[in-house]
Amino acid sequence: MIELVQATKEYRTGAFGKGKLKAVDQVSFPLNPGEICSLIGESGSGKTTIGKMILRLTDISFGKILFQGKDISHHRGKALKEYYRYVQGVFQDPFSSFNPIFKADRVFSMIKREFFPHEKETQWKEKRDACLRSVGLNPPEVLNKFPHQLSGGQLQRFLIARALLLDVKVLVADEIISMLDASTRIDVLNLLGMLKKKGLSVLFITHDLSLGYYISDKALIMYKGAIVEMGRPEKVFFNPIHPYTRNLLSSVPRLDKKWDDVVLPSLSVVYENLYIPEKSKGNLVFQEIEPDHFVAFSQ
Amino acid sequence: MSLKMVELKVHYKTIRGMVQALDGMTLDLPDGEIIGLAGESGCGKSTLSNALILLKPPMELVGGHVELDGTPLPIGEFLQMRAFRYKHISIIPQYAMNAMNPTVKIGRFIRSIIESRGISFSKVMNALYSRFEIVGLSKKILDLYPIELSGGMKQRVVMVIATLLNPSLLLADEITSALDVSTQKAVAKLIVEFRNQGFVKSVIFVTHDVSVLYQIADRILIMYAGKLAELGPTESIINQPCHPYTKLLVSSMPEVGVTYEKTPLYGIPGQPPLLLNPPKGCRFKERCPLAYEQCSEEPPIEEIQPGHQVACWKARETDD
Repeated sequence: MIELVQATKEYRTGAFGKGKLKAVDQVSFPLNPGEICSLIGESGSGKTTIGKMILRLTDISFGKILFQGKDISHHRGKALKEYYRYVQGVFQDPFSSFNPIFKADRVFSMIKREFFPHEKETQWKEKRDACLRSVGLNPPEVLNKFPHQLSGGQLQRFLIARALLLDVKVLVADEIISMLDASTRIDVLNLLGMLKKKGLSVLFITHDLSLGYYISDKALIMYKGAIVEMGRPEKVFFNPIHPYTRNLLSSVPRLDKKWDDVVLPSLSVVYENLYIPEKSKGNLVFQEIEPDHFVAFSQ
Repeated sequence: MSLKMVELKVHYKTIRGMVQALDGMTLDLPDGEIIGLAGESGCGKSTLSNALILLKPPMELVGGHVELDGTPLPIGEFLQMRAFRYKHISIIPQYAMNAMNPTVKIGRFIRSIIESRGISFSKVMNALYSRFEIVGLSKKILDLYPIELSGGMKQRVVMVIATLLNPSLLLADEITSALDVSTQKAVAKLIVEFRNQGFVKSVIFVTHDVSVLYQIADRILIMYAGKLAELGPTESIINQPCHPYTKLLVSSMPEVGVTYEKTPLYGIPGQPPLLLNPPKGCRFKERCPLAYEQCSEEPPIEEIQPGHQVACWKARETDD
């Protein structure tokens, strides 16, 4: 559906932009239809930048982003608007995603004005209500209200419903549940799982490993702008190879074991030349060390 | 007994009326204990920790009293509390990144705080150096500006500053929430280390993340809508919760190894009640799967096992 090919984002820093900072370094991965892909990393690892590049909220310095085989990295105007019909994002803070002066359902009428100006009002309302119901909201309960009258979970569902009104094929979900309460966050995750079954592709950006494991078909571990390990979650999480992934997994607070009791599976083979961002000189190359489990090597 | 809190009630004064954010909390905290405080946003956990150190408008002390090491704590009196703040009760702020003055060097910043308490800086120098060593920082950072440190380092500096005068009670409000997992682990372990070394007698660790509490807390207090829901030893709260809210909360948390496909988890439907005019009786009854007629009366706090308190009418029936 969407494929990143050696996508790189460089920021210029310092006086007159002499310094260079690679926020995202040669990231390549495909996002297939009906797949939830988790992008897991610490703050500053570049995971949000990848989401922004896919949504074209920031320019791509080098490399390509292919959507249905076409490079979208230089789309403008009409072509870009057409692209947004299929690719949408939902962000971390539901309260700042809405304009507090207007009612929350204004996001829907804006979609209608921009993308479906010719559709009949009654037909549109039916479609809107169906979308709201599909994300688990009761339309009379949530329509005609201001953002502060709705809970964070409801607002996040609102934004997902807004994306569904379009012919959305790819949803970039950037930390969408980290601001929600523990008792409601799991339901928003379950909603993503349900939409996945209907064929939606989701790029789920998170710093929480257990959430990434819970929902995804593929896990990508990011460190300092590069993907260091990726593959099926059960393989990456239960047989971590890269030192960074291992460190991450030993630090996750768990409910069944104390930190001191966590023992990671020992490595059967010693791997040399693993790619360490900012240290390794060579190019990043992925090697498949077991089916569906890739680790970054330096070459 | 380090901290003794009896029927503490702290409300917020608003135009529309009193928001009953903390409504009758009784808690005893023995020396050397780390107690974890968990609950949803708006359940009163931050109100509890803020009330103990800085009770300012719109917060209002409505009832109850607090004792620290046998001395009554005048939490409602802003000026009288000054003698206790920092020396006896200290707080680690959530945003360590913004807790330091960006325009002065860290050494001068610490000196100004210490001297504001009427203590000479040279007296605490040795303690400061040895604590920097414990948290893994070098003395050189005293000559640096906060901007020159990373987030994790700033958090550690703030932790050292907060505990420098060996306070009796340390409040840690969501200090790990904004951190990455590896820094989170280091900071949480330092709290335990500080307690073990005797720098602080007891700690109230406020967080919404129960899994961090499981790692470090001795006891866990689960709050719901301004009241105690369940209080008990960490193991029993996580492994044998008795209050229906705790049960649902613990079971809704994913762990590494749990997937949507195989074992879907479910959240708690509904929302917590508005505290402006909270419902009579059990405040969880609207969302509770076990609710029955009696729940419209205030549930008693029952001690189902020594040290394990549950505020639920069905506390005894549900422990199957």
